[in-house]
Amino acid sequence: MQTFDLEAEGLRALNSALHAQSEQTNQTVWDIVNPKGSHAIAVGLDAPIEVNVKGSTGYYCAGMNKQATVHVHGSAGPGVAENMMSGTVVIEGDASQYAGATGNGGTLVIKGNASSRCGISMKGIDIVVHGSVGHMSAFMAQSGNLVVCGDAGDALGDSIYEARLFVRGSVKSLGADCIEKEMRPEHLELLADLLERGGCDAKPEEFKRYGSARTLYNFNIDNAY
Amino acid sequence: MKDVKSNGIPRTTPIQSATFSQSINAEIRRAAATGIYDIRGGGAKRKVPHFDDLLFLGASISRYPLEGYREKCETSVTLGTRHAENPIELDIPITIAGMSFGALSGPAKEALGRGATLAGTSTTTGDGGMTPEERGHSNKLVYQYLPSRYGMNPDDLRKADAIEVVVGQGAKPGGGGMLLGQKISDRVAEMRNLPKGIDQRSACRHPDWTGPDDLEIKILELREITSWKVPIYIKVGGARPYFDTTLAVKAGADVVVLDGMQGGTAATQDVFIEHVGQPILACIREAVRALQDLGMHREVQLVVSGGVRTGADVAKCMALGADAVAIGTAALIALGDNDPRWEDEYQKLGTTAGAYDDWHEGNDPAGITTQDPELMARFDPIEGGRRLNNYLKVMTLEAQTIARACGKNHLHNLEPEDLCALTMEAAAMARIPLAGTDWYPGKSGTSY
Repeated sequence: MQTFDLEAEGLRALNSALHAQSEQTNQTVWDIVNPKGSHAIAVGLDAPIEVNVKGSTGYYCAGMNKQATVHVHGSAGPGVAENMMSGTVVIEGDASQYAGATGNGGTLVIKGNASSRCGISMKGIDIVVHGSVGHMSAFMAQSGNLVVCGDAGDALGDSIYEARLFVRGSVKSLGADCIEKEMRPEHLELLADLLERGGCDAKPEEFKRYGSARTLYNFNIDNAY
Repeated sequence: MKDVKSNGIPRTTPIQSATFSQSINAEIRRAAATGIYDIRGGGAKRKVPHFDDLLFLGASISRYPLEGYREKCETSVTLGTRHAENPIELDIPITIAGMSFGALSGPAKEALGRGATLAGTSTTTGDGGMTPEERGHSNKLVYQYLPSRYGMNPDDLRKADAIEVVVGQGAKPGGGGMLLGQKISDRVAEMRNLPKGIDQRSACRHPDWTGPDDLEIKILELREITSWKVPIYIKVGGARPYFDTTLAVKAGADVVVLDGMQGGTAATQDVFIEHVGQPILACIREAVRALQDLGMHREVQLVVSGGVRTGADVAKCMALGADAVAIGTAALIALGDNDPRWEDEYQKLGTTAGAYDDWHEGNDPAGITTQDPELMARFDPIEGGRRLNNYLKVMTLEAQTIARACGKNHLHNLEPEDLCALTMEAAAMARIPLAGTDWYPGKSGTSY
């Protein structure tokens, strides 16, 4: 295991060291100590390594992640795992705005709550939030899955495309073109897998599914406000 | 028409209203019939103060010219010298602006890469990701980082020679984009991760940052992902050029790209194109003033765009303080867009060569702004690249001709003192003295 003191050695040295890891690296586990809310920790990784951040992070932790598993033992600032391509990111605490924004793949698990715009413009990522999500979550969500074990704030799934949203608790309001949809057996199966990957013991039957009514897919002036 | 009525009383001449012109009335009728606002491509078509309203003074007794065909006049420019390990070195200060694969066909993007590479300059991706043919044919490729993040991935990010964070564009500062379903082929849909045939909206603001302080952190992230190797540009529309340039520099930009209202778009509302944003002429000096106030003029490079058509326009931009220009619409025309050879087909579409702007409908007779395989097949990317290179060469030669006449051995040595203005408006916007005076509006003193 490698231990990296971020405060002592600096961000550039950290990301350089992590970027230098290849598919065949032997240095597969990295502990990062003293993150102290720094921004851009472990961004752009592209190797099957495990990175444990021992504390809370600032903006964009694990941004554009590929292959790596990044585990934040604290809370994460805005844009955690933004545009993630693959791999896994786990946040033990809460996540700020834009968690998993535009993510293309991989799994983001938030064990606390997520703030507003969780999963904004998501493009294939799977996001599992143990707690609740704030307003405008899954705005313009294109594909992938968002699981919310708690409640969802205002305007969930506004202008949503093909992403699937599963919420166990209440939804304060649905955004434009987002509707509740039938939970069919294949959705229960999918949700069971997501919950297992996310380490949740909730039952799929407790959730409701939301998605696009597809009425905004082609330009129509009657849809304008 | 007889000028006397049947009862012998002289008839007044019918007068068309300047306010309710034929084109305005036609738009009112179109709106009344459809209930839908007009969407089109291109930039502002209205007449606005522009580079044509400036003239170069040339050399005289007080200025010593260079021989037009023999003496050296350099044209190279280096972009991104502030932070990047590998700044972009260009042979000419005329770059190709961002235009998306999706808005343009794959062969058209290839042609832009070919032409730019032959001319020794860069081309730019657009809202739709980086295509292999574009990367393969572009020696210097700028990768746009847009609100939609369509096609965005770290592998392409690291293949880029520079990254352009797009905050806005001149045709629609404050607006997002739209690619109508007619142009969403299987390939375009796959790159954007959306179903085929639906209208694709590009957001008007970024999903994961909201202001200049956030932008600074976003740029830090992009630099960390790309190991601080490539320059990061920030592109803004011509809204508040002094403050936008100041904030872009504060956020850490290596290069500021400033796009005036004449700059084109693939599709947006006509009312947006014609009524939001400022002409590029009004923006350049304000951006330069911001850079000078920060002590960053020439440290952070300024690229301007929006209606650049000729070598004279290039030279005027340089004289006003820009480091380089970008062209979009002009490059498409060089490729063959709006060419009179397709006039019969333009007529069938209800328009005429030079006025065709329904790029969003995907029926471009020239095969450039389309994803229709039959129309695309009309366009030869090798020939298109050759034409673009020729055009860029001519623009460069023209700019050099003017620079030599002003006694300058590098285009960057052109300066505001080389210019005069033909109109009060241009004088005020560009802070260039009105011809025959040493005065411009806002400057104290009224005579020599």
